[in-house]
Amino acid sequence: MNLRDTLTLSLQTVVSYRTRSLLIVLAMALGVAAVVVLTALGDGARRYVVGQFSSLGTNLVFVLPGRAETSGGFPGAALGQTPRDLTLEDARFIAHLPQVKRMAPLNVGVAELTSGGRLREVTVLGSTSELLPIRHMKLSQGSFLAHGSERSAQIVLGSTLAHEFFPDGEPVGQRIRLGDSRFLVSGVLAPQGESMGFNSDEIVIIPIDYAQELFNTNTLFRILVEARSRTDIEPAKAAIAHALKLRHDGEEDVTVITQDAILATFDRILRALTLGVAGIAAISLAVAGILVMNVMLVAVAQRTSEIGLLKALGAPAADIRRLFFAEALWLSLAGGAIGYALGNLSAWGIRLAYPTLPAWPPHWASLAGVATAILTGIIASLLPAARAARLDPVLALSGK
Amino acid sequence: MIRLTAITRVFRMGDQEVRALNGIDLDIASGEYVSIMGPSGSGKSTLLNVIGLLDQPNSGRYELDGSDVTDLSETERARVRREKIGFVFQSFHLVPRLTAAENIELPLMLEGIAPAERTARVDAALDAFDLKDRAHHRPAELSGGQRQRVAIARATILRPTALLADEPTGNLDHRIGTEVMELLEGLHHAGTTLIVVTHDRELGARAHRHIAMRDGEIVADEK
Ligand SMILES: Nc1ncnc2c1ncn2[C@@H]1O[C@H](COP(=O)(O)OP(=O)(O)OP(=O)(O)O)[C@@H](O)[C@H]1O
Ligand SMILES: [Mg+2]
Repeated sequence: MNLRDTLTLSLQTVVSYRTRSLLIVLAMALGVAAVVVLTALGDGARRYVVGQFSSLGTNLVFVLPGRAETSGGFPGAALGQTPRDLTLEDARFIAHLPQVKRMAPLNVGVAELTSGGRLREVTVLGSTSELLPIRHMKLSQGSFLAHGSERSAQIVLGSTLAHEFFPDGEPVGQRIRLGDSRFLVSGVLAPQGESMGFNSDEIVIIPIDYAQELFNTNTLFRILVEARSRTDIEPAKAAIAHALKLRHDGEEDVTVITQDAILATFDRILRALTLGVAGIAAISLAVAGILVMNVMLVAVAQRTSEIGLLKALGAPAADIRRLFFAEALWLSLAGGAIGYALGNLSAWGIRLAYPTLPAWPPHWASLAGVATAILTGIIASLLPAARAARLDPVLALSGK
Repeated sequence: MIRLTAITRVFRMGDQEVRALNGIDLDIASGEYVSIMGPSGSGKSTLLNVIGLLDQPNSGRYELDGSDVTDLSETERARVRREKIGFVFQSFHLVPRLTAAENIELPLMLEGIAPAERTARVDAALDAFDLKDRAHHRPAELSGGQRQRVAIARATILRPTALLADEPTGNLDHRIGTEVMELLEGLHHAGTTLIVVTHDRELGARAHRHIAMRDGEIVADEK
């Protein structure tokens, strides 16, 4: 029997055993859909995190106080010394390094914002005018912290706060109280929404000196540094580390990380997660494979006399094997295709429901899902097909 | 031409041995019309299965159309069955999912004949067996006589040299059974060797050669 006839005849069989076929196809489809959807979620999460983190800025290098290394630790610790804090002077020194395009020192804290009888606790960022370009922030009104005027009491409001505190007025030029000091509103941030679990619509930004005064500190939370170019990132990182080591009496008591390194780590972790999730989903396909095998074994038992007839008509064992094989192939092809469609449909639904999550199934996962389904089907049909082909024609004809 | 020499077929059931065929010597010339009769369990079906290469004897020699087919491999036996043998069974053995036409088409498919030629030959067979208006019915929608006609059409579509019928009328009433026998005899007249196993004396008597079996042996062979 040629390939075309084998495929046609087995398709006819698959179609005529409707309930049985639907059940297998469903099991297969659910397995494939699970692979597609779960990897879409995993990869969507990865893209989301990476995207959000990239949008923080370009060519960024972060400077944090303290060593983040687990090995060795801070060498002075044994002598009872505490690591030196990061200061505004450190930040200003870094700004002059040739690989550094600009830098913004950062302090973060919480304070009460009051105006016209309204009161609200808000997150306060202390920084300089450079924060705006480094963080790719945008203003909807007014201007950002003026350059070189760190000692003037200006404040930039997040868009939600601007609406809340000045519901019908022009916030720019108005006065507002933060903690115990009065600030002049210089600008309002464009609405940005949540980013990295941080809602920039509900923050205020004040000059770094005021922030340090407000929080009664002379240390920094972070220094954000933008390297001159992509190729300057690593040199900038080395130069910063070197400069700060010199400034800190030879102690390596700060951590300098690049945005790329953090991105790469996120990317790696979330890719591994996606892969793991795909693996788990693939197990459901293996279960579907066992189902296919069982159903095919039952089919062989049910169709014993038919197999006997085919043998009596002169069908060689190979033809009979191929017929059952093709049957399993159809079932898993249908399961794979429907599962693929179902998975993509679900991923589309997820993207509709959560527009910020780019839940696109990765191509490798869809391919692997469908391929696994087909492979499982084929493997599962090997034993039943071989059993059918081996049947003794006389016994098979009598249905034994 | 069929030539069996000292054919033995032994079935083992636990420690019991059944000699279903016990040293059968039998020559059947091409174009003969033979009936095989005998009590239940005498080995008629087993003999037919051996002749049809469905079953293999434990010992003895089988020559079909001049060549030794005793020790052929399963694949070779399948090819000989396809090319030279047509089976007709008591219980018809139609594939329930397939229409009458598709059932008749099966051997052509197995033989790898092109679809266009298949359609033409199936149409001719449907015509010859008066099944034209039943072509697209499934077996469940056919009468017993029609089912057996489909089975005979299927058994003969590849023009086998020998047609082996194991109680072809066993599931049919007398009138329909006679019609089916007449159909088979028509094929015999066209040149096919016809071997019929039957319990029906009257039908058996219609053959030109009568073989009687008992306990796995041929006890009478009359022309
Ligand atoms: N597969 C088998 N296993 C064991 N014994 C078998 C098998 N097939 C046939 N036999 C035995 O061989 C003997 C001959 O069987 P066979 O079917 O050829 O008889 P038969 O003449 O066709 O009988 P009936 O008229 O009832 O169809 C019987 O005793 C039967 O029980
Ligand atoms: Mg019998």
